[in-house]
Amino acid sequence: MGIGKSITNKINQTLKRSRNSSRSSVIIVAVVLVVLMFYLALSSEVFLSYGNLFNLFRSTSIYGVIAIGMTFVILTGGIDLSVGSVVGLTSILTTMMIKNGMPLFLSIVIAMAAAVTVGILNGIIIHFGKVPPFIATLGSMTVVRGMIKLISDAKMITGLPKEFSDFALKASLGLPNLFWIWLLVILVSWFILTRTIYGRNVYAIGSNEESARLSGISISRNIVYVYATSAFLSGLAGIMLASRLASGIPTAGSGYELDAIAATVVGGTALTGAKGGVLGTFLGSILLATIRNGGVLLGINPFILEVIIGLLIVVAVIAQRGSK
Amino acid sequence: MVKEKELLRVEDLHKSFPGVKALKGINFQVLSGEVHALVGENGAGKSTFIKCVMGVYKKDARSGGIFVENKEVDIHNPDQAMKLGLGAVYQDVMMARHLTVAENFFLGKLPHKAGIIDWRSAKKNTDKVLKELEIDVDSSSILGDLSIAKQEMVAIAKMYSNNCKVAIFDEPTALLSTEETDILFSLIRRLRDKGMGIIYISHRLEEIFELTDRITVFKDGTYVDTVRTEEVDEDRIIELMVGRSVEDMYGLNKPSRGETVLEVRNLSKKDVFEDISFDVRKGEIFGMFGLVGSGRSDIVSSIFGAEKPDSGTVLLNGSEINCKHPGDGISRGIGFLTEDRKHTGLFMELSCRDNTNALSYRKMSRFGVISRKKEAQNADAFRDKLRIKTPSMGQLTKNLSGGNQQKVVLSKWLSNDSDLLIIDEPTVGVDVGAKVEIYKLLESLLHQGKSILMISSYLPEVMGLADRILVVSEGRQMGIVEKNAYSLGNFDDEQKFIKLASGIV
Repeated sequence: MGIGKSITNKINQTLKRSRNSSRSSVIIVAVVLVVLMFYLALSSEVFLSYGNLFNLFRSTSIYGVIAIGMTFVILTGGIDLSVGSVVGLTSILTTMMIKNGMPLFLSIVIAMAAAVTVGILNGIIIHFGKVPPFIATLGSMTVVRGMIKLISDAKMITGLPKEFSDFALKASLGLPNLFWIWLLVILVSWFILTRTIYGRNVYAIGSNEESARLSGISISRNIVYVYATSAFLSGLAGIMLASRLASGIPTAGSGYELDAIAATVVGGTALTGAKGGVLGTFLGSILLATIRNGGVLLGINPFILEVIIGLLIVVAVIAQRGSK
Repeated sequence: MVKEKELLRVEDLHKSFPGVKALKGINFQVLSGEVHALVGENGAGKSTFIKCVMGVYKKDARSGGIFVENKEVDIHNPDQAMKLGLGAVYQDVMMARHLTVAENFFLGKLPHKAGIIDWRSAKKNTDKVLKELEIDVDSSSILGDLSIAKQEMVAIAKMYSNNCKVAIFDEPTALLSTEETDILFSLIRRLRDKGMGIIYISHRLEEIFELTDRITVFKDGTYVDTVRTEEVDEDRIIELMVGRSVEDMYGLNKPSRGETVLEVRNLSKKDVFEDISFDVRKGEIFGMFGLVGSGRSDIVSSIFGAEKPDSGTVLLNGSEINCKHPGDGISRGIGFLTEDRKHTGLFMELSCRDNTNALSYRKMSRFGVISRKKEAQNADAFRDKLRIKTPSMGQLTKNLSGGNQQKVVLSKWLSNDSDLLIIDEPTVGVDVGAKVEIYKLLESLLHQGKSILMISSYLPEVMGLADRILVVSEGRQMGIVEKNAYSLGNFDDEQKFIKLASGIV
């Protein structure tokens, strides 16, 4: 396990420099991931093949991007259940507009604006309406999904220009384009959370909202920012998904909120807020995807796999509490 | 008097955590019918000791034994400790705030008939215990609606009803007013007279001399001495605790008072306070004294912008200010150290560095991007200046002792270079050593030309430190007393303040 150890050391060093991520949780996830990858590499010839890893990273990227937004929300002690519906929203809006001859770029901008609007409204309802985040976003999740079906008449949108669908299929420098987007999102988010005032405010609010208020931090503005960030990234994921499926699907993104929450929590971000960060979420996303992928490769009964993933989420949280 | 019987004896107790020896050979004994004080600076090992006795921590193998009524016992968890007759009331009462008093009393063992809860008997039994201890609480009220003091008394009564023999009180008066403290003390005396042994932990030496029969002193995890309270004085105890004698703690060398910095005119808020007028001058400590619930914290919150007053004016350096939210107060150079650092001051899950810098990011950033170098510089500077005891400023704040946490909050406000510092109960839950350091810090702030508005419900502190004291009672201004009108330690003067604060003119 010499390599495994040196990798852990390396991760450890990197994390020492990133201040707010809870180091021990991230190390646990990293170690589990490395061990699992070793095991899969030894027991399946396909696992380490370029084709398999390419697919693995490409499919993880979409919910990975959502999970990053979810991390912002959870760090403030909130939750965003509307992300899956926002994925559906931008996927339908973008494809409809392209189909109707609107330029690609403009379609994306308008769809993203709609997504961010949903996020801003979430934030306003939560902060000014004093509605618990769980309820507020459960509501917007349902409302948005209904609106998607109204707009699209619950029909799939296909026959998109090749340039749109090719983006998700293709790679740059050997890595899937979608994965590059995810990496960029992670990098920017990591920078925002650890190095900017906005990021520091996210942690402060998650740690103690009243202390934050009395320290002059605007709670309303930051809560709105956080839900807007989450919706922005979900919207981005929706466009990535539409490109990958080469179509707009009214039910696209259903259930993604749970995958995103699972990845965030497995990655060590505490639901109570202020503890965790995007590096953990990155590893958590990869870990969950690797388990699914490995299960398929090893021919494990998919139902059993589901049971394993469910247990893993719970065990991960218990392990992190123990390591405190 | 009943013959004193030994209830609890601890011999040569050791407790190590990875890298730290928290307790190094502690001896301790409690007799029936005595109140036994446990004192020591923060970090002396009091809490660790209590947790070992209560079975929260496992003692080291090489320790001597713990004996309950002369029988050696092995305590693995708090439940077992309770069954042996050991009970503890912690600083923040841990009960179900949304349930009734009676429900809390019987939590987990509600009386029932065939699975249906017998509310009548639960209520009856609760009332009986409350009456026996002369506690004025209705068993059907919701616990969270009661004052902290009453909640604490309910916790004590519950402990008593569980046949507790030794009761441990850890800083029970930290959040109580003077009045409530008196009521608590008479309750503790009643328990003592019923033959219980009381272990009493407090930073307030006055309380210890008022209440206890013997005092045991810990220092740095070791046992120093046990003395009879009547045979020693405060100075001697402080000497035992810190290993050096503390000269007059409150004797600050203050600069002469300068021009008026803050003027408050007829500030009112319906049903909270009315018609408050005073001014604070440069280089002075302006004291505000009142009982808990007198509106004193609301008054200063309104000046700072954390609450909205209905009418009145506030002038800072001669020009009117109207702070609508805390950010307004902060940007005008007002600092507000709240009374409850855990819930309204600190970010416990964040590092000391993040806490220290929380107000100053704008100064140390460009385009919203924070300079790590400046962050670290500022935090380290305050660690050195305030002598914050922590291995690194990257340490999570919740791992620090009360005194050091208070220094972190102070660092936060001092980082912002506030000209007017409002400090609400600056030394609650802070040990003597850190207290002296905080007082010295206030002194140096005055010399830097800053002004301090200090609220304290601890009379010796406010009498010793303040130049003038505004007394409030139920939101009404009872008067401003000048320093030359009273002297510290004078019993009659103290009585005068308490009468004023109680609304008796």
